[in-house]
Amino acid sequence: MPTLFQQIQAGKVWDFHGGIHPPSRKERTNQKPVALLDIPDRLYIPLRQHIGVAGKVLVKVGDRVLKGQALTQADNAMAVPVHAPTSGMVLAIELHTSTHPSSLAEPTLVLAPDGMDEWRPRKPLDPEQVDLYTLLERIQESGISGMGGAGFPTHIKVNVKQPVDYLIINAVECEPYITADDMLMQERASDIIAGIEILVKLLNPKAVLIGIEDDKPIAVASLKAAIGQKDNYFVREVPTKYPSGGEKQLIQLLTNKEVPAGRRPLDIGIVMQNVGTAFAIAQAVLDDIPLIHRVVTVAGETLAQQQNVLALIGTPISDLLNACGFQAEPKQRIIVGGPMMGFAIADWSVPVVKTTNCVLAPTENELGAAVEEMDCIRCGACADACPASLLPQQLLWYSKAKDQDKLAEYNLSDCIECGACAYVCPSEIPLVHYYRVAKAEIRETQREALKAEQAKARFDARTERLEREKQERLERNQQLAAQRVAQQQASGQASQSAAAVQQALARTQQQSDQPLDKAQIIAERERKKAEALAYQQQKQQAQTATLAEDTAPVTAEDPRKAAIAAALARAKAKKQAEAQPETMEQPAPADIVAPEVDAKKAAVAAAIARAKAKKQAETQPETVEQQTPAETVVPDVPDVDAKKAAVAAAIARAKAKKLAEQAETQPEAKATPQQTLSAEPEEVVAPPDQDAKKAAIAAAIARAKAKKQQNSEPL
Amino acid sequence: MSIITALWALGILALVFGAALGYAAIRFKVDADPLVEQIDEILPQTQCGQCGYPGCRPYAEAIANGDDINKCPPGGDTTIKKLADLMGVEAKPLDAAQTPAVKRVAYIREDECIGCTKCIQACPVDAIVGASKQMHTVIVDECTGCDLCVEPCPVDCIDMVPLASSIERWKWDLNAIPVKVLES
Repeated sequence: MPTLFQQIQAGKVWDFHGGIHPPSRKERTNQKPVALLDIPDRLYIPLRQHIGVAGKVLVKVGDRVLKGQALTQADNAMAVPVHAPTSGMVLAIELHTSTHPSSLAEPTLVLAPDGMDEWRPRKPLDPEQVDLYTLLERIQESGISGMGGAGFPTHIKVNVKQPVDYLIINAVECEPYITADDMLMQERASDIIAGIEILVKLLNPKAVLIGIEDDKPIAVASLKAAIGQKDNYFVREVPTKYPSGGEKQLIQLLTNKEVPAGRRPLDIGIVMQNVGTAFAIAQAVLDDIPLIHRVVTVAGETLAQQQNVLALIGTPISDLLNACGFQAEPKQRIIVGGPMMGFAIADWSVPVVKTTNCVLAPTENELGAAVEEMDCIRCGACADACPASLLPQQLLWYSKAKDQDKLAEYNLSDCIECGACAYVCPSEIPLVHYYRVAKAEIRETQREALKAEQAKARFDARTERLEREKQERLERNQQLAAQRVAQQQASGQASQSAAAVQQALARTQQQSDQPLDKAQIIAERERKKAEALAYQQQKQQAQTATLAEDTAPVTAEDPRKAAIAAALARAKAKKQAEAQPETMEQPAPADIVAPEVDAKKAAVAAAIARAKAKKQAETQPETVEQQTPAETVVPDVPDVDAKKAAVAAAIARAKAKKLAEQAETQPEAKATPQQTLSAEPEEVVAPPDQDAKKAAIAAAIARAKAKKQQNSEPL
Repeated sequence: MSIITALWALGILALVFGAALGYAAIRFKVDADPLVEQIDEILPQTQCGQCGYPGCRPYAEAIANGDDINKCPPGGDTTIKKLADLMGVEAKPLDAAQTPAVKRVAYIREDECIGCTKCIQACPVDAIVGASKQMHTVIVDECTGCDLCVEPCPVDCIDMVPLASSIERWKWDLNAIPVKVLES
């Protein structure tokens, strides 16, 4: 019994389950040389073109960048940079429709080429002379991510600790129409082999297997010629069958190994790279050309010239099509990617990205639009075609029922979304789309579950913290009270105040349990009143002193106070807005917060709010008596209060004025507000600096004015 | 005679089984009600209190004690369905009709914030940062969209905004493109 390696050496190729044979239509493009395009007028370079995160933007709008200059910087392992495909000016960094089935907008750098195509200085490396780290760094810095379709960052995939048995180069290109890799192999076989040699240096595999479909004889010949006499390089032709180019399928074809569900090929000692990626690595290392262009197959019968083109990353698809003689049909569909796994785009200005291998502009006859879906007849054709040996009809059933447990049981996650099942379905059911939706929902559920778990942890932590803080506060209070009692007893003042402290202590402990009797409450209130009075007197004295001495600190404090007062007014307005029904004839105070209403209304409303606030403040002293001493201070110091009100009034009026100024441009609110308001601000902005009495007067005037306005103008 | 033997035999058997059952009841006693745990697992843990209970766990306990299963707006129909499966009762539509169709998160208009900390105190998952008289802001990734911070704000500067859709969270549109290639 020969070993696996011996079998591989002997040239054995295995088979995988299922697969289909769609018309390949590759002959239209695989005999024409890769065309070079003119530099387009604009390049739209999405900042993220791979699986992972975008790098940090290095340039700003207006910068001139050189060809090959990095536009973003890889600041973490999952990031790869993007580069300027030609020299030019950065026009904008904005949202632009992404080359993604969702067509959602993504951050995109817009580059206006200057036509000079001027390179930055380049530093080619000699792979024989440098260490592995330098090579990996170069691969990352050149922005290389998998070019077969998924776009996984290459430097992560080739930075492995485990021993690698086989490096498989995927040159199968099994999807109909696409010949980009085929043409690359025909034209640049030696560069591809150089890239493979670099990969071999990084991975050190037992053997290199190049898998290629047997419908590409020229590519096979040129690869074999480029390899020459190298040991352990095997070009293996596999029969033409879709989807031989799937990672797991190709591994099975070439090594008869199956990648276990939920694992990576690396776990069975295999690393696979696309042939285009190998070419990009060679360019990056040997010529220091970062990933700024790629070969794209442009095909479809609406084009005069179906061909492969070397497109700069960021070229709008429409430019690509126009360069190939595009004649749009009514209801023209443009598909990015192949007919099996690609997606239609609505906005033709989306750019070519690193994973774009094909653009199709088919006629209606060539690739028909979706026909109406019929019910599943359970014929089982899909199960025969499935290359992953799944049961598509069951998956469809459970996808429709949104039964995620059953979907997991039937291994939905192993579906490679190749579309073979949908292709063979006699009922025209777009099976893959059901699976994609189901997969997205499963991902969402997992995300939600994770979030719920985090939220719960945070909630628990918060509850625990609040409980702990409460305990600590209680303990501290008790300690302080005990200390005070001890001090006072020590100093011999065991009379009145100690009794009060003890009373307070008793109150804090028993407040919730039993109500105090009335006499106690009254006594307590008296005591607080006395305290408050003393405090007020003290404060008043201090204030008059500071006022007399210097007004500067007060002014410094003003903006803050004003902000507080303004916020207070807003809060009150809000409360009132909630309380008042909207049908009242008075202007609704909520107008203050809404800046669009005309300035006059706002001014009046502000005045009303102020007046109300004031009135409330005036009525407060009666009710405040039972409250704590700190609160009693406020209404009994009229000058402070009045000043605050004045400041608030000034601010409100200033705002109104601003609004009035803004309203100048608007035709509706032109005439009156300016006249009524222009005189006021000068009068009242000054008072805060001067003494309290003046301020109070000013406030009163403002109030009166507001009232008059309100009376004279029914709104 | 034979009747007495039978009585003895049955009596002894009764004693043996009684002892065995009694032992099992003590030995395999279930400490807490695992049902509450299971229900709590299903609930979305937004801790929003829209069900009328202070948090998800109290509501889980209430469900275990027979409360309705349709009082959780953030969970929506999926949660009700799961709860119905678990509790073996009929799934019914959501109690409050104002279930948010899209995921939303709180957003503080920062230049209007006065730094009162009221929203911080209201947030059940500590997703708002800020200090007294300093601007506050919402950590979007941690916000559960429970709405609890909107009401306490004295200056109405908190909005509930729909979470922006991203490519990662995008769900496929069923009518995207056909995959059929016509035979030539």
